[in-house]
This record gives sequence, C-alpha cells and structure tokens, in this order.
Amino acid sequence: MIIDQHKDFEINSANLKLIRAFAREAISAAPELESTKDDLVLALAEAAQNVVKHAYNGNASTDKMRVHIKYDNKVFTMELYDKGTPVVPANIKPRKLDDIKAGGLGTFFIGQIMDEVIFKTNREDWVNHLILIKKY
Amino acid sequence: MSYKVTEESNIATVHLDGEIDMDVTEKAKEIIMPLIEAKKEVHINLKEVQYMDSSGISVLIESHQKASELGTKVILKEISKSVLKVIMMAKLEQILNLD
Repeated sequence: MIIDQHKDFEINSANLKLIRAFAREAISAAPELESTKDDLVLALAEAAQNVVKHAYNGNASTDKMRVHIKYDNKVFTMELYDKGTPVVPANIKPRKLDDIKAGGLGTFFIGQIMDEVIFKTNREDWVNHLILIKKY
Repeated sequence: MSYKVTEESNIATVHLDGEIDMDVTEKAKEIIMPLIEAKKEVHINLKEVQYMDSSGISVLIESHQKASELGTKVILKEISKSVLKVIMMAKLEQILNLD
C-alpha cells in the first residue's frame, strides 16, 4: 500500500484537530501502520503544534502550513512546511528525562516515536521544512 | 473538550471529555487551577479523554506541582488507555498520582 497525500491548513491552534483527523484518515489507508497510528498522529500533531507555538508565536495567521504524508516501501514520512519564523535547529532541545517540566515534551515525544527528524530551510516557497521518518 | 465538575466535602472531581490539545489547555487550566488554589483535593477523571498531547500533559504537570506547593494533591482517575500511553511515554507515571 502506498500513501501520498497532502493538505494545507491555516495556522490556528483550532486546526490541530483537523490535522489529526487528516493524518488518521491518511494512515488508515495502510493496515500495516494501524498498530502505530496513534503514535504517528501524536508525532505529527506535536510538530504542527510547534509550528503554531514557535514559528507563529502562538498566534493564528492566514498563512498555511502544508502536511504531506507518504508511505512507500516500508518507509513512512510526514513532512511539514510553513512560512513562519525560521527554525534554528540548535535551539530545539527535547526535555531531559528527569526534568519534570512541561517545555520540550513535544519534541521529546517526536524523538521517541520517529526514527529520523530532519530540518530543512532551503525551500524557496516555504521557510521551514520538517521531515519525520519512521521505518518499518 | 467538555467537562463537568462535582464537589463533595473537600474533594473536587473534574471529568474531562474529548481531545485535549493546545487549543483547550487554557480552558482546562481555568477549570482546574482555581480548585487547587482553593486547596481542594482535585481528582481528574480521564476516562472519556480520547487524545492528549504534550499540552495536556503540561496541564497535568502544572496542576500536580501547584497542588504540591499548596499542600494538597491532584489524583488522576480512570485514565484512558491512550492518555496512559502518553503519560508513560513522558516517563511521568512515577511522578503524577495515578489511581
């Protein structure tokens, strides 16, 4: 089964629910992903939340973020594109395991769930490009 | 997210329902924090919560910490399978009060 779906969402925390619904539906097309679907949706939702929270400082915008979900040859990829404040990858730090605080948890979850996390900023039509990969 | 609060003696039980993400965390704090500040023992029933992300977990952490500061406690009740999975992923099962 091959998945290749993308959709644009306006920058708004209320749209996180729509992003999760889109991801659940897309992932459901590949039965072999079913057992990890909730984790994959969480990873994508955390990344999308970070776009709203950090690239747009928590503010709604008429800008769009693009979510692109792909699965082929046992490699599952979720890509997020946005036009917000450029991400400085060195500033993104997951919470330490023994640090009981809220900040950095989302990044920690993404790291726990995905095999690879790649930041790119070389797209002409977008500012930030995040690639999340899990191999099956 | 929807919610219901019941109070009996010094225990306030907050029943949360639905999906808890960044969009509803402020609302969740508005419900829970005043109960803690009133020094009630707060039970958060998570039976009907189908989804919780790091924002929701943050509310649980902040509630737990605030309660500890004020000499009361927050207990998580009837935690749904999906929420428990996220709590465990965050390695918080030994920190938060789970029932």
